[in-house]
Amino acid sequence: MSLYNELPATFVTTNVDKLMNWGRASSLWYLLFGLACCGIELMQTGGPRADLDRFGSVPRATPRQSDLMIVAGTVTLKMASRVKLLYDQMPHPKYVISMGSCANCGGLFDKGYSVLRGVDKVIPVDLYVPGCPPRPEALTEGILEIQDKIHRERYLIRNS
Amino acid sequence: MKTEEIHQTLTARLGDAIGALHAETIDPWIEVQATAIVDVTRVCKEDPALRFDFLSSLCGVDAGDSIFVVYHLYSYALRHSTVLKVKVPKDTPVTRSVTGVWRGADWFEREAYDLFGVRFEGHPDLRRILLPDDWEGHPLRKEYVFPSHYGGIDNTRDYNI
Amino acid sequence: MLFDFANVLVFLLLAVGFAAAIMLAGHFIRPRIVENDKDIAYECGEKPVGDARVQFNFRFYLVAIVFVIFDVEVAFMFPVAAVFRSWVEQGRGALALAEVLIFVAILFVGLIYVWSKGDLRWNAGRMKGET
Repeated sequence: MSLYNELPATFVTTNVDKLMNWGRASSLWYLLFGLACCGIELMQTGGPRADLDRFGSVPRATPRQSDLMIVAGTVTLKMASRVKLLYDQMPHPKYVISMGSCANCGGLFDKGYSVLRGVDKVIPVDLYVPGCPPRPEALTEGILEIQDKIHRERYLIRNS
Repeated sequence: MKTEEIHQTLTARLGDAIGALHAETIDPWIEVQATAIVDVTRVCKEDPALRFDFLSSLCGVDAGDSIFVVYHLYSYALRHSTVLKVKVPKDTPVTRSVTGVWRGADWFEREAYDLFGVRFEGHPDLRRILLPDDWEGHPLRKEYVFPSHYGGIDNTRDYNI
Repeated sequence: MLFDFANVLVFLLLAVGFAAAIMLAGHFIRPRIVENDKDIAYECGEKPVGDARVQFNFRFYLVAIVFVIFDVEVAFMFPVAAVFRSWVEQGRGALALAEVLIFVAILFVGLIYVWSKGDLRWNAGRMKGET
């Protein structure tokens, strides 16, 4: 009995949508998922100099409380099934940022036998942040792009 | 002690279990028979002139149709080091485990098994350590073909789009 | 006198009603998408193995029981403390103090018993069958 994507577009529902999207975008809690060197840059983006907390993004250790998954680092074939399970365990609506070359396409290690060539082979990705590793400013721009995407979404109004 | 002296000490104690000394490389190494490696390493550890109390590294090298198992030994007491190599044929790569001499050899031997397929008899728990348990093949062998999919995931990527 | 409790009733209804309204709104607004493996137990990305119900060590039960008893004792002493001043003004302060002290003394005997039997020891050494 959920009203998610069910209602027609009226004055009330469009404004409620804007309110909901503003709330969702301004408190994007991300799953702490640093796998390799990009994880260090992820930690620094949450650190004092390039602060992610000013956008309302705080790190969570569990997928149950997060709505953004930043895959930061090389994903090996052994880890791929765990990445898929963690993505499945996040509640909707959820977003994925693939951070760094290794998560985008295998990166530097794509010739390796044990490396998954891009995390989009196991989970759907909303935004790719290139870099090896991306600077904190680049990842911050990625978070802002996801916020723009959320503002453009329809929450209560049905997708026609 | 230089490796020549170590070689002489070992040959004096153990005879023909010790092979030739190869001194032309940067790290001179001593070849050891696979069946005698446990006795040789026990002598290395307990002999008062040698006292190799630390196994720095145990790794494998693929040399065509045979695999070398390389032991880097170091002595904290006497501050010298040496290299032992055991040659095993590639179709039956079996040798003895030295976990009874140094407990640290445990995970080194698991890694050599995982990546080369060398079986160590007498190892307490010989199973894969780095790769997933259902992986097929031993990747560091020269003839290994990289898999194009694993666990239902297609791992090919066309970069020339 | 009953009218004084109308305050409490309104407060209670507001609190319960607010929480219920929020939860009702959430029930309608949140998406309900059922997917593969979304609601299995979280175990850091691995499939969970085994039962989550393990047998607790009984020393937790012992400490909890002793705590409950003495917590109730403290709770009984609060009303005594609240009316103690008025009893002192009536000249019966000694009686009140003696009653409270007898109450504490009876429970103190129980504490001595538990203590001397060794039930409050956390690391009690290996008993037969205990790992």
